[in-house]
Amino acid sequence: MFLLSLAWRSLGNRRLISLLTAASIALSVALLVGIEHVRMGVRESFAGTIRGTDLIVGARGGTTQVLLSTVFGMSVPNGSVSWATYERWAAHPAVKWTIPYALGDAHRGHRVIGTTAAFFEHYRFRDQSVTFASGKAPANDREIAIGSDVAERLGYSVGSKVTLAHGLGAVSFAEHEAHPFTVSGVIARTFTPIDRALYSTLDGLTAMHDDEATSGGLMMGPPPVARAPGEQPPITAFLLGTKNRFETLQLQREMNEDKLEPLTAIIPGLALQQLWQTIGSAEVGLRVVALFTVLVGLIGMVVALYASLESRRREMAILRAVGAGPRLIVSLLVLESGLLALVGATAGVALVYAGIAAARSAVEARFGLALTLHPLGSAEWAYLALVVSAGTLVGVLPAWRAYRSSLADGLSPKL
Amino acid sequence: MSSATAGAAGTSSPAVELRDIRFAYKGGRDVIDLPALTIGQGERCFLHGPSGSGKTTLLGLLAGVLVPRTGTVRVLGTTLSGLTSGARDRFRAEHLGYVFQMFNLIPYLSVRENITLPCRLSPARRARLKGADVGAEAAHLAERLEIAELLDKPVTALSVGQQQRVGVARALIGAPGLVVCDEPTSALDSDRRDRFLELLFARCEEAGSALVFVSHDLSLAARFQRTVELPELNKAAVREMVG
Repeated sequence: MFLLSLAWRSLGNRRLISLLTAASIALSVALLVGIEHVRMGVRESFAGTIRGTDLIVGARGGTTQVLLSTVFGMSVPNGSVSWATYERWAAHPAVKWTIPYALGDAHRGHRVIGTTAAFFEHYRFRDQSVTFASGKAPANDREIAIGSDVAERLGYSVGSKVTLAHGLGAVSFAEHEAHPFTVSGVIARTFTPIDRALYSTLDGLTAMHDDEATSGGLMMGPPPVARAPGEQPPITAFLLGTKNRFETLQLQREMNEDKLEPLTAIIPGLALQQLWQTIGSAEVGLRVVALFTVLVGLIGMVVALYASLESRRREMAILRAVGAGPRLIVSLLVLESGLLALVGATAGVALVYAGIAAARSAVEARFGLALTLHPLGSAEWAYLALVVSAGTLVGVLPAWRAYRSSLADGLSPKL
Repeated sequence: MSSATAGAAGTSSPAVELRDIRFAYKGGRDVIDLPALTIGQGERCFLHGPSGSGKTTLLGLLAGVLVPRTGTVRVLGTTLSGLTSGARDRFRAEHLGYVFQMFNLIPYLSVRENITLPCRLSPARRARLKGADVGAEAAHLAERLEIAELLDKPVTALSVGQQQRVGVARALIGAPGLVVCDEPTSALDSDRRDRFLELLFARCEEAGSALVFVSHDLSLAARFQRTVELPELNKAAVREMVG
């Protein structure tokens, strides 16, 4: 206890350098813990991109492809699913609801999805449903709803006229000018890929392509699938919810073994997790960088303690004269570095919490990243323990030096 | 262990007894070669020598911080050269007072805390305070050394003379058997030096402590019971000066 107060006051005596040292450790710890918090926030947001949907079903192909093309609006679909197949599975006794997705057109680099009212009813992200900032869902084949990014980037609002282009590219020379749409609603910001897409009715897309065909417009890309008049065109995928979630796996197996049409059914939560594991390796890099900054902070502390030793030889001699053994001197210095590390680590954590408390609403509004003030996780405790014990451990270096010089000096430091 | 040996020795043994001491710093030649020196209990001894005569080294040996190559160092009846370094540290904390030439004080402790430092480090020394608690003893000593009003000041606010008196108070708390002073007056002007010596002597007498006082200033010698010329005693220093 005496030693602790001695160490504390010794640090206080070199207040400025102690504060700077603790601050550098605090900043590196804040970086480490902050990255951990942001990482968890990002993972939460990512996992929340789609919720409540039990299966996503597309044409036979890669699972990532199905996820990317339907949920993220990236890559191209594996192929198409016939309307009959869709209806067959929609009527399956285990299925509660379905959302059909028809992809294939774009508007100035934004994807257009033909779907039904079920999308607005059943689609969930982060446990929220799709709502409108203004207007309403498309009600007929001339109306289209747009995501908030689309509205912002292109300056659209309810009532704007939109002409679609064939194909998924950003630039297309084949415009469906014969069938313009009117914006019926702007979807409230979701911070998911929904914000970057447009949503028409299934009939809207069909009608557009039919008008195109009859008006003899330019058409590039694959020709439309030949079908009897009145028959629904194929879709690219569909989402479904089960009546009983325990039946999901059974249903998935049945769909993957569909004899009439080859399908791939994926569980979105699982597929998201797999995808995260692929792209999430970047977080390891972040963590390594943060650990290096902690290392730099600790080295700074050793340097500061070393630099102070020269001016403290007199102090060591006094302590020796009043009967302090080398062990006490070593303990004093080790305790000082341990205290610096502890104070730094505590301040670093406080900094992170203060920062999150101050910025969380702004971050959520700007990036849709829900940072939570959750208590420290086991990984974070492990980091803190690592920082404090490493800080104490590196204190042994200057302590050893002080021990050596106090033995050599005896009671008369050679100044 | 140390308190037992000192307790047995406390009544009859001399304060300091050196026999055939040879000491060399690591890798160097002998700086101390001293056949015999004895200082009695409660004696005030002036140890005179120019710089380079091995004064500070000798004090290091008395304090048990340095260990001779050969020979025995006995302080208050305890053979320091036979103890482990930890036991020597404990012995020093318990039985010795040490006053430096200057910079006697830990800068981040108050005057009171500096005075009580030996009692914090040695429970045996604290136990020796007769009835009074550590704070009261510090206040008493401060009063006798005319620094009572400085007790709660930071040491950085003190003049050199005041610092030296605080150093004496620390050396004398718990009445150690031996007080060692290494040129404690060299930074004081003559008026302050005289008053300082008066106070130092009075306190040592009160505590019954032997005093070993090292200085190159021979004008102080008259005030001590005994003067030892270190160059005459230390053959290594003579050799060095001749060589």
